[in-house]
Amino acid sequence: MATTEVERRRGQLAALSIAAVVIIVGVPLWWRTTETYRAWLPVSQIKELAKLQLQLSADVEVVFARGTVTPEQQKKVPLTQTQEEERAIDEDTALRYRYETRYRTATIMEEDALNQPSAAEADLSLHTLSESPCGSLVVYVIPESSSLLPEDVNVYIGQRRTALLRIGPQMRVGKTLEQLLAHLEPRIKQVLQVMSFSHNDITAALSDRVRFSPDNKESIADSMRAFKSSPGYEITFSLLNPDPKSHRLHWDIEGAVQTYIQPLLTKLSPVANFSIDSQTLYYTMLGVNPRFDTSRSAYTLNADSLAHVINPVEARLGSNAASSNPVLNFLLYVPDAQHSPLYIQGRKKQEVPSNAFHSPRWGGIMVYNVNGFYGSEPEFPVDINIDMAKVMGVFLAQLRLLLGVQSSTPPPGFLVARCGSTGLADWELDRLMWSRSVENVATATTTITSLAQLLDQIGNIVINDNIAQQVSSAVTSLQLAVAELEAGNLGFALQYSKEAILASEKAFFDPSLLHLLYFPDDQKFAIYIPLFLPMCVPILLSLLKIVSEARQRRREKQAKKD
Amino acid sequence: MHVASWFQKCIEILIFYDFQEELVVRPLHSGDIYASFQFRTLWETDFMRGNKVSHYRLFPKSLGQVISKFSVRELHISFTQGYWRTMQWGQPYLPSPPGAELWVWFQDSVTDVDATWKELTNVLSGIFCASLNFIDSTNTVQPSASFKPLGIGNVTDHRFLRYATLPREIVCTENLTPWKKLLPCGSKAGLAVLLKSEKLFHSSFHSQAVHIRPVCQDWQCKTTSWELRQTLNVVFDLHNSGQGKREWSLFKMFSRTLTEACPLASSSKIYIDITDNPEGEQFELSPATSLLSQAMVLGDRRTFSVYDLTQQDTFGSVRSLNLLIRWKSTEGDMLRPLLHAERYVAGYGLQTGEIHTLMYNHHPYRSFPVLLLDSVPWYLRLYIHTLTVTSKGKDNKPSYIHYQPSKDRVRPHLLEMLVQLPPNSVTEVTVQFERALLKWTEYTPDPNHGFYVGSSVISSLVPSTVAMDTNSTRERPLFSSFFPCKEESSYFVRVYTEPLLVNLPTPDFSMPYNVICLTCTVVAVGYGSLYNLLTRSFQIEEPSPGLAKRIANVIRKMRGVPPL
Repeated sequence: MATTEVERRRGQLAALSIAAVVIIVGVPLWWRTTETYRAWLPVSQIKELAKLQLQLSADVEVVFARGTVTPEQQKKVPLTQTQEEERAIDEDTALRYRYETRYRTATIMEEDALNQPSAAEADLSLHTLSESPCGSLVVYVIPESSSLLPEDVNVYIGQRRTALLRIGPQMRVGKTLEQLLAHLEPRIKQVLQVMSFSHNDITAALSDRVRFSPDNKESIADSMRAFKSSPGYEITFSLLNPDPKSHRLHWDIEGAVQTYIQPLLTKLSPVANFSIDSQTLYYTMLGVNPRFDTSRSAYTLNADSLAHVINPVEARLGSNAASSNPVLNFLLYVPDAQHSPLYIQGRKKQEVPSNAFHSPRWGGIMVYNVNGFYGSEPEFPVDINIDMAKVMGVFLAQLRLLLGVQSSTPPPGFLVARCGSTGLADWELDRLMWSRSVENVATATTTITSLAQLLDQIGNIVINDNIAQQVSSAVTSLQLAVAELEAGNLGFALQYSKEAILASEKAFFDPSLLHLLYFPDDQKFAIYIPLFLPMCVPILLSLLKIVSEARQRRREKQAKKD
Repeated sequence: MHVASWFQKCIEILIFYDFQEELVVRPLHSGDIYASFQFRTLWETDFMRGNKVSHYRLFPKSLGQVISKFSVRELHISFTQGYWRTMQWGQPYLPSPPGAELWVWFQDSVTDVDATWKELTNVLSGIFCASLNFIDSTNTVQPSASFKPLGIGNVTDHRFLRYATLPREIVCTENLTPWKKLLPCGSKAGLAVLLKSEKLFHSSFHSQAVHIRPVCQDWQCKTTSWELRQTLNVVFDLHNSGQGKREWSLFKMFSRTLTEACPLASSSKIYIDITDNPEGEQFELSPATSLLSQAMVLGDRRTFSVYDLTQQDTFGSVRSLNLLIRWKSTEGDMLRPLLHAERYVAGYGLQTGEIHTLMYNHHPYRSFPVLLLDSVPWYLRLYIHTLTVTSKGKDNKPSYIHYQPSKDRVRPHLLEMLVQLPPNSVTEVTVQFERALLKWTEYTPDPNHGFYVGSSVISSLVPSTVAMDTNSTRERPLFSSFFPCKEESSYFVRVYTEPLLVNLPTPDFSMPYNVICLTCTVVAVGYGSLYNLLTRSFQIEEPSPGLAKRIANVIRKMRGVPPL
């Protein structure tokens, strides 16, 4: 009896020690050898970014010209007001606009500048006095009697970051300063919305994060037209000559780009890098056959058929071999001699004066009729010099649209200065930078959060150190961008948001993430079962047996005590 | 004033851009027919300064961007389906190995050549819809002597050269379409209308290539320009597509006739080789042309009938040109090509083997040196000490050997030799190799098909029978002006051998799982018995009562009687 008991104890001990060895050595070994390398990711910070609380701060300086405030008011004037406005977009995204308004009176030099005969000259000389930083505004309040502005114009928006605001007729001198400020406030806000950012622009820029409600369709249409924010764009001008037998076309694209396009792009260089090239394509036809209109003895393209024009042409355009930036295509189509002249017809059968159209997020096409060059007895091929000023005027307007420089109609009573040689006013650039930075932040946060989600869901993906590094740098840049937006440093905010977008895209599209081997669970089990099943079943069974025996013994002991 | 400025513009265009197209048809003695297209685009631009050029007219934008982005000095790429049979067909105007071949000279401003090369191959694979992205360090070599720049420029430091072949590459329509897109007229006008893929790929040999190089504009080389040559060579088989009749026409070959030249081309010509047919006894050519031209091609003076497509009267009254060659006799013999080479693998079993390369010099009395380039993948481990070169039964010591041993999974073997071929002889180069075992993920999708080893390249200056024309300024047909000719007495030839197909020891690919299952079972059985021995306690047990006794006990239990 005693020997069997000893034997049984020995067996139990052996089973227990084998189980212990399996658990202490085997399981960690198996775990370590089958583990995938997953570098640490800043998950908590990413979660914070998933709940985005953006604050946009704009500095406004309101300068009272002589004759708008009384001397007593003047004494109180150097003061600062801050207004905040909070808007919740959806449960994860909230916006807060903060306007910091500083009031002061005009200096003598500024007074001199405001005494210039016309608003444009005043604008120019005010600009030479001081340069306001990117993202800030200066509003000059001028007396009602000022001759700077025409009768029906109350606000003049200059080429830089200044606006002239004519004080209303009801604000005669004598009212209190508070009343004056209360009168000015809504109007200044209106100026701000034109010159820096409006709620519609910002929500449109957030389209990557936020699903749209149908009430702001117009801003969606605007944002759908413009290209998505990207660190660089490739601009390609293509001259399509479907009939080289009849037309020998010459276009001075180098000169035209230098004269018309380059100034705009230089101005836009803080927003993105641009590269320009051009090509000539022969024997490229449009995808639709134009219809002959006998009343005008011309061929016409309907607005409805324009959608089918691009596809066959695009096959010839060629993709950009040298970079992966989005391409803006501008095509100049010279119709062949048999189908000339060719006019584009609008939806209401009216002629489109520019004879051009654009395709959202793709580019623009202009039809250039050359039958005026034929003369009385054309001798083919005809040499034709293309009038680049006419062409580039159209393309420049399309380029502004496609880049998202919005030319929304100003509210009544506003006069917007014609943009100068650069094709872009400073405040338009600011506006673009505001919406681009917000868009970049939105895109980068969605990229980073979806990457984090994906990595969280699929445990098999290897996360290398370089990806972790990209993710952390994206998160840092994002935090910096948000902070700079909050501080109102627009230039830095855009810079950081661009870095964030680059790093996040790089992490998201890193090829090493795809190295997830196809190793589904059923196959894993098929490999484990032949070893693990025969090894684990006896261990488990003997453990169960030991437990049940121990329990029984305890019960017996209990029974004995009782 | 307008007219004057237009005129000036025209001159400008003439100087800056030039496009020529050309088709050479050579009736072969086997009854097959060889058609070679060449399209040349010249673009005068200052490329060496590295300034960004971005306005393209006749030159295709995609290639221009590639050149400027990757600082390419010269780029040669060819896609070939089928093997050029030198002994039957003679030398091709532009040789190319089966599969894909790419060699690039980079400018000396490139700092990281390998990274640039990798990126370039990826971009080119996108442009040409080919698997060039499979070019990596394991099939790229830097030949020291065989591939010299064909354009201007004296950089011969082979650090800036990369050469790779993909002998397995299959060439088909998807490669032809992007190639045609690079032509200014596309396939809409000019000679390119003949390029219909269903006919071109229904042939014994098809090769298309793109060569980009800088060339001199004039003999003083004051101005330089980029030259883009697109060539397409095709051999139509007599029996396959001639329906047994010895008769050829443009329509039969390409199912198209010609109606116009490309309006952008400054010259557009068709050449028919009639050297062997001076009196019309071999074949008959219609419509007849009085225009004859002589050119030095491959060391021989050849005579061609020329059809100039820019002249309206070429097309005759029917306004379409359908060239017809009707054979009269099957006799006549071809001038044997002076240089020719073969290669094969010898040996048995899956462990070792031997590569034999045979080089034939058919010249009756002249010996000449050849450069042999061999690039062998790492999984054939060459025993370089077994390298022997013999001609006419005697050891022939190469005067120059450049050998770079392979590194497993990193780079291939590179063997370059300068060998003197004695007159009228066969020179045999043999080297033994051992087949390596690959890891199971390194096998190609169809490993039992075998593994390809790219063609050997033999480059040589072959003595010519006639004096060559070294005057580079004279207008010459495109097909005779590709390889620069510096000596009057010899001409440059490049010969490619057959690619090799070598079997490697191939495992059964379900093996890993079988091994796992088997070892696991063995381990489990051993473990199970060991476990039993260790944990079970053994004791003697009373034998269990028999069946009858148990039944009796059940009955006794029911009756309430104590059991037995």
